[in-house]
Amino acid sequence: MSEALVITSGKGGVGKTTTCANLGVALASLGHKVVLVDADIGLRNLDVVMGLENRIVYDLVDVVEGFCRLRQALVKDKRLEGLYLLPAAQTKDKTAVTPEQMRNLINELKEGHDYVLVDCPAGIEQGFRNAVAGADKAIIVTTPEMSAVRDADRIIGLLEASGFDRPKLIINRIKPKMVARGDMMDIDEIIDLLAIDLIGVVPDDEYIVVSTNRGEPAVLANSSKAGEAFRNIARRIRGETVPFMDLTESETFWERIKKFIKL
Amino acid sequence: MLGLFGKKEQQSKEVAKERLRLVLMQDRLSLAPHTMEQMKDAVIVAISRFVEIDPHGIELSWKDSERKRALVASIPVISVKRGASRDD
Ligand SMILES: Nc1ncnc2c1ncn2[C@@H]1O[C@H](COP(=O)(O)OP(=O)(O)OP(=O)(O)O)[C@@H](O)[C@H]1O
Ligand SMILES: [Mg+2]
Repeated sequence: MSEALVITSGKGGVGKTTTCANLGVALASLGHKVVLVDADIGLRNLDVVMGLENRIVYDLVDVVEGFCRLRQALVKDKRLEGLYLLPAAQTKDKTAVTPEQMRNLINELKEGHDYVLVDCPAGIEQGFRNAVAGADKAIIVTTPEMSAVRDADRIIGLLEASGFDRPKLIINRIKPKMVARGDMMDIDEIIDLLAIDLIGVVPDDEYIVVSTNRGEPAVLANSSKAGEAFRNIARRIRGETVPFMDLTESETFWERIKKFIKL
Repeated sequence: MLGLFGKKEQQSKEVAKERLRLVLMQDRLSLAPHTMEQMKDAVIVAISRFVEIDPHGIELSWKDSERKRALVASIPVISVKRGASRDD
């Protein structure tokens, strides 16, 4: 049985593309057939995060407009068997595709793959409506910041209104040190505000920048904490029960001294 | 956490949580314009068990203070039903 998941957020820059790339690689490493769909038409990025930008011949709009067959537009990953990317068009805009066309495209992709992951653009306009059109389930990415959480709430409302059943939440870029000193909302508080189920927590990790520089998603590196978090999420998507990573940071000796002096 | 001069300072996440709680409430309500009407209807049904009210004169509004948001209802009562205070 195959499943189409849209990765969305409302607010820009919270980590949708990073999430999509890492979950795709993680699911393919587990032996699944996976296709990543870049629905961010006009601002494509999934290709560079995946390190596949030099292999693109056709794109999503070419397929929709009938310039090529779907198979021809799929870029095969250079590392993993069974992992493909359908790149977005760079020279068109979001109105080049309709939700109906996206739905047909996603349905066609579901036939040959276990998972179709759709990287949604920021915003709530047509790009969003296109990206969610063919999806069975939604994953919402937020960071622990006010504006990201607020936009996530808006997106949850829109998804529920269009019939999505219980979207799942990823909280990205948690900084344990800031949480420990009370300057960042923690996981429970965010879930409490948004009232949806958590599927993963990803720490803020400098290695994400390194991995994007190289075009090698962080799940490929064993040492990356964020990579480990994404591997866990991939297993939860498959239905496995995986305990959440402990991201609490104990205070350092110096922080304890500082606290002691002030109290 | 105590500030430099011992003045109690609220953790910034507490401020964020409080502000978010209010803003989400506001967003959710303004996105569901029917909610206020439905609430009005529910109030009419509930109150009418005890008193006769003028359903057209009902006003529901929000009163905001810094910390919380209150729902204020003005319900014109026409008469009180006999035995309204009895438990049933
Ligand atoms: N866990 C993380 N730790 C550190 N940096 C991160 C993390 N997640 C994402 N980033 C960085 O945040 C930036 C935005 O990430 P990304 O492009 O994935 O977001 P997006 O939601 O797809 O953005 P857009 O809305 O523009 O499509 C990137 O520079 C990325 O490297
Ligand atoms: Mg993106």
